Amino acid sequence: MDKPGFLYRLFDLYYDGFRHMTLGRTLWLIILVKLAVIFLVLKVFFFPDFISQHAEEGQEADFVATQILKE
Amino acid sequence: MNQLFLNMDASSIDWARAQFALTAIYHWLFVPLTLGVAVIMGICETLWYRTLNRSKGAAVDTFWRDTAQFWQRLFGINFAMGVATGIILEFEFGTNWSNYSWFVGDIFGAPLAIEGIVAFFMESTFVAVMFFGWKKVSPGFHLASTWLTGLGATISAWWILVANAWMQYPVGCTFNADTMRNEMSSFLEVALSPFAVGKFCHTVISAWIIGAIFVVAVSCWYLWKKRETRLAVESIKIAVIVGLIATLGAAFTGHIAGQQVAKYQPMKLAAMEALYNGGTDQGLTAVAWVNPFCQPDYEHQTAAPLKVEIPYALSIMATNDPHGYVPGINDILNGYTKPDGTREPSVDEKIARGQQAITALAAYRKAKHEGADEATLQGYLDVLNTNMPYFGYGCVKDKHDVVPFVPVNFWTFRIMVGLGCLFIIYFAVLLLLTWRIPWLSAITRRLLAVVCILPETEADDRCSITGLPAWHYWTAIILVPLAYIASESGWLVAEFGRQPWTIQDMLPTWVGVSDIGSTAVAVTFFLFLFLFTLMLSVEISILLKQIKKGPEYSA
Repeated sequence: MDKPGFLYRLFDLYYDGFRHMTLGRTLWLIILVKLAVIFLVLKVFFFPDFISQHAEEGQEADFVATQILKE
Repeated sequence: MNQLFLNMDASSIDWARAQFALTAIYHWLFVPLTLGVAVIMGICETLWYRTLNRSKGAAVDTFWRDTAQFWQRLFGINFAMGVATGIILEFEFGTNWSNYSWFVGDIFGAPLAIEGIVAFFMESTFVAVMFFGWKKVSPGFHLASTWLTGLGATISAWWILVANAWMQYPVGCTFNADTMRNEMSSFLEVALSPFAVGKFCHTVISAWIIGAIFVVAVSCWYLWKKRETRLAVESIKIAVIVGLIATLGAAFTGHIAGQQVAKYQPMKLAAMEALYNGGTDQGLTAVAWVNPFCQPDYEHQTAAPLKVEIPYALSIMATNDPHGYVPGINDILNGYTKPDGTREPSVDEKIARGQQAITALAAYRKAKHEGADEATLQGYLDVLNTNMPYFGYGCVKDKHDVVPFVPVNFWTFRIMVGLGCLFIIYFAVLLLLTWRIPWLSAITRRLLAVVCILPETEADDRCSITGLPAWHYWTAIILVPLAYIASESGWLVAEFGRQPWTIQDMLPTWVGVSDIGSTAVAVTFFLFLFLFTLMLSVEISILLKQIKKGPEYSA
């Protein structure tokens, strides 16, 4: 029988690995929840890009200059 | 005259700083354990690989494979809990520190991008092979994947520390007055700055200490419970060597880092030492009374009260010369002559030069908008570039604003160094107890018995760390939080000592912060406090469960 190809072995590594996870299932669940909280809640609702919100596109340098240099 | 200030509520700076500190401190709970345990699990798997190679087809003892897998499991829990916690720091840059983020430009962005693309993908690729590949890839490839997982995490740390080192010692950049950003003029200067190299070595090596202490503590818990004795003893034997090398290495790299601080951030060193008035032949303060809650009256006191010092040690630490000159806080404020004869300007002079830079920048931007000729613009740029090293001083209203909060620097430095010395002694004693060098082990046990630290009992014939009273094992467990306190104290020294600067001499915190309401930052501060505490509780809970469960031995 032919030796399986590289791509199949790569797929099998991950497929078999994920299928037989025990503690890993809990850890992956925690990672996914964490990523969802970070990117879908914290980033969207609490951490907007301050400069792009307050400066027009292409005018960011002027905005920062007005923030830093003031008469 | 132009003045540099922000129209904002002062307390938003405090909340933004507190939030960044909270996030960085929590993030740093996960990182050093990852870096430290990676080394020990790598060594365990190397021993398994050696056992396998020596078996030559005969029945093989799978002890080292089981041991490696056990530490890899604990590594995996910590890795999973820590992953992506650093991303929040980058969110904070964009929201709370937008002026800073814009001002640093690609110098800060490039290392972080490299960290994300190269190092993170490297460790996440090989971590999959490490966990899924035991029966799928060759033992050699698996061993390489295990070490590369640790290497990937270490390379990640490298780029983060390059970014941090640039804030302490900004090099390899040119300020662009049109874009209001610093632009990288030399990647190598940024990536290989002496500050970055020194910080990387000191930080990573100190992370190995945490890994070693964690492994010793888990192993001692097993010994106390009289279970997994072989795994515990053999793991301690490895961890104690890693720990001793790391503690000695941290002391050496700390000395190098101290010299860099003395050269490039003398105010930080003066604050760490509560050195109000410097000079030659300076002693290192062993103890002194510095009120932890208020800034000392450094202007009028000659030295901190009740000061006990180690003669010449500070001069040696800072300059490698017992008679070397070390400036104090007042010397730096008022200006001083360096040993090479050049004069360091006073802070008032630096403020004046900083204001010239800011005035020139404002005039340049105005002239540019009004379409002034090239010669006029170049004139402004020349003034700006000449005074750019003092740019940040232009927004300092009082020279005393450049003095960091002395008590935090003074005490955290002593906590770090004191605990570091304790770890050296602990690992040295443990080394003598665990490694079977009969005469040394016997002398150590006898000496400890004389000072009533160990009972006069015969050691186990395999190792003298077994069969000790319970408190010996609890000592190892207590060292785990102490190791974290030492490590976090190191960060506090580095970051508090840089205050009031976000970028040394170039940008103070009150200019780098966004013009944002303090309520918004306060809300996210408490949100993070809750989320991170929850995550830490979950991690500790899973870790303890897995430790109690113990290793899974092969049939």
